[in-house]
Amino acid sequence: MLEAIDLACQRGDRLLFAGLGLQVGPATLLHVRGRNGSGKTTLLRALCGLLHADAGQIRWHGEDIRELAEDYRRDLLYFGHLNGIKADLTGLENLQIAATLDQRPVAADALRAALARIGLDGYEDLPTRLLSQGQKKRVALARLILSKAPLWILDEPFTALDTDAVTLLEELIAQHVAGGGLVVLTTHQEVALTRGAIQRLTLDPPAHAAAAGPAEATTSASSAAAGAAVPQ
Amino acid sequence: MFKVFACILTRDLTLALRRRTDVLTTLFFFVIVVSLFPLGVGSERALLKQLGPGVVWVAALLASMLALERLFAADYEDGTLEQLLLTGQPLSLLVLAKVIAHWLLTGLPLVLIAPLMAMQYHLDWGAVWIMLVSLAVGTPVLSLIGAIGAALTLGLRGGGILLSLLILPLYVPVLVYGSGAVAMAAIDLAAVVPYLQLLGAFLLVALVFAPLAAALALRIALE
Amino acid sequence: MNIKVNWFKYSAPSAFYPLAGRLIPWLTAAAALLVLIALYWGFFLTPERLGGTNPQKEYYRIIFIHVPAAWMSMWLYLVLAGWSAVGLVFNTRLSFMMARAVAPTGAVFTFIALWTGAFWGRPSWGTFWDWDPRLTSELILFFLYIGYIALHSAIDDTRRADRAAALLAIVGLVLVPVIFWSINCPDPNQCAALHQRSSLGRIEGNILFAMLAMTLGFWLYSFATAFARLRGIILTREADTAWVSELLGTGGAR
Repeated sequence: MLEAIDLACQRGDRLLFAGLGLQVGPATLLHVRGRNGSGKTTLLRALCGLLHADAGQIRWHGEDIRELAEDYRRDLLYFGHLNGIKADLTGLENLQIAATLDQRPVAADALRAALARIGLDGYEDLPTRLLSQGQKKRVALARLILSKAPLWILDEPFTALDTDAVTLLEELIAQHVAGGGLVVLTTHQEVALTRGAIQRLTLDPPAHAAAAGPAEATTSASSAAAGAAVPQ
Repeated sequence: MFKVFACILTRDLTLALRRRTDVLTTLFFFVIVVSLFPLGVGSERALLKQLGPGVVWVAALLASMLALERLFAADYEDGTLEQLLLTGQPLSLLVLAKVIAHWLLTGLPLVLIAPLMAMQYHLDWGAVWIMLVSLAVGTPVLSLIGAIGAALTLGLRGGGILLSLLILPLYVPVLVYGSGAVAMAAIDLAAVVPYLQLLGAFLLVALVFAPLAAALALRIALE
Repeated sequence: MNIKVNWFKYSAPSAFYPLAGRLIPWLTAAAALLVLIALYWGFFLTPERLGGTNPQKEYYRIIFIHVPAAWMSMWLYLVLAGWSAVGLVFNTRLSFMMARAVAPTGAVFTFIALWTGAFWGRPSWGTFWDWDPRLTSELILFFLYIGYIALHSAIDDTRRADRAAALLAIVGLVLVPVIFWSINCPDPNQCAALHQRSSLGRIEGNILFAMLAMTLGFWLYSFATAFARLRGIILTREADTAWVSELLGTGGAR
């Protein structure tokens, strides 16, 4: 269970949101929407613990993520705007390192299988700088296949992907949620789930950030199953 | 834990081996600075002998600082640093691995080539040996302290110059005792021991505290 | 003024802003008074030459500015690092602003100490600059101040700037004793023989009085300038908040 209580974030002198609360239970996808600059990435980075929120608290299973520190990070997989892969290493090496850092060493066969599934069969041993933009992103996404982290935080994972890859990524997300995982996602497209709940959070920055009032954070719980309503 | 440490270490070494020029530029910078000095101050033997320890040490300081700018920069640009911050490992351990890799690539070559440079300055064999030892103990301290500065200035415009402004004053003790040891070697070899002990103490303290500070600096820089 | 001050109340920038505004004129006046007293005392009520092992003529009077400035420069670095540490530990915005406001004053005092040191060095050592351990330490301290200010102004995001510069100040503080010690004692074989040459006890009473009065004057001056700078920082950083727009809207400065 991932919770945010009375969260406020500021970027520079601009207040992005304040008084934001959310609750994401198991087998749930939280779809964060909002215009450019509305603070989606900031929210996701705050949820990862990369960014210190100006106010409020984020809890994982009831405990503050600052206190959990490494224990929280072990449960987390973050996918940001940058792919986080080394251009001078091959896809295989990149995945190997990612797996070792997660302390879940994976056999080379499994790594190859993951790369094959993401459509990079035959490219495993090329330095990733020789790959196209979309292929690089696929290498990074192969981490999702190998990951056993219960919480995925994905920032715009669909950009620069072709339709095949988009379908595959949707499958992976649906599979993760169906298996009881949590996904927090920003994207401009709809994601279909097979099982589990979708929550939506729209970040709507007030016209004048100067106004001291809390930003509108409208949430709506939809879909079936264990859709926990968001207290706001 | 050791596995993760070794993983980062080998990763950085592999990366450097695939881009050898980065390593060589630091080394040649060191060689050029040391070699240019006699052209500026004159090539009189007695003078060079006196200046030698200081010149080699200052050049080592500048060279290691020049290389530091790249310590976290590449990882910062491609997002791998972000991923390192999010692993379930103590960040200071990963930082230590990166610093050690960095020293092996940029510090160790300086140490190994320094005796050659010392010959340009007509230093005695005893002094050459002491130079080798003092650099071997002192340059890791430079890399460790420098890592804090590199993390603080990460991604800033003019980061390299700013880095030198922040870090060079902090290098004073290493410079004083490093070059002091070599200069003392020419007078009395036995009297060199306290210098090296001090450098060794600096190294131990830096090994413990610098990675912690650098890790904190990285978290601040990536907010 | 009420004796029982609720300090937590003033840890909010909006509450501290008017308080600082009220204090600045008093601090400035007291600082000016003390400096004038110290100058008068130093020029007219102290002997015209310094006796002892190192006899010096009239020019020794530069001590009344040089030494207090050097003391302040070191004290203010402690203050800077102290507020930085408080800011990092308790995550309070005002402490970071305080640290930022103190830094330029500290740098100015360091510079004054160096400058007057050079002027004093000329008649007594025959040179403007000597690699005297204490002068060299002061120079390094000046670099540390400049580093702090440079790092702070190089980062656009105030939050990161505050925290990064604070960490630098603390690292600097930890290393300062080692740096000063290495400058004081470049040869570890002979450190046991090294003593600080000055001790307050050996200074004549009324010379000491003038120095202490000047130090206190400088201290109050530091408060005044730091508060003035702090008010500027608070206004820029809180420009978006209701209380600042109210303040500017009504046109009331205090």
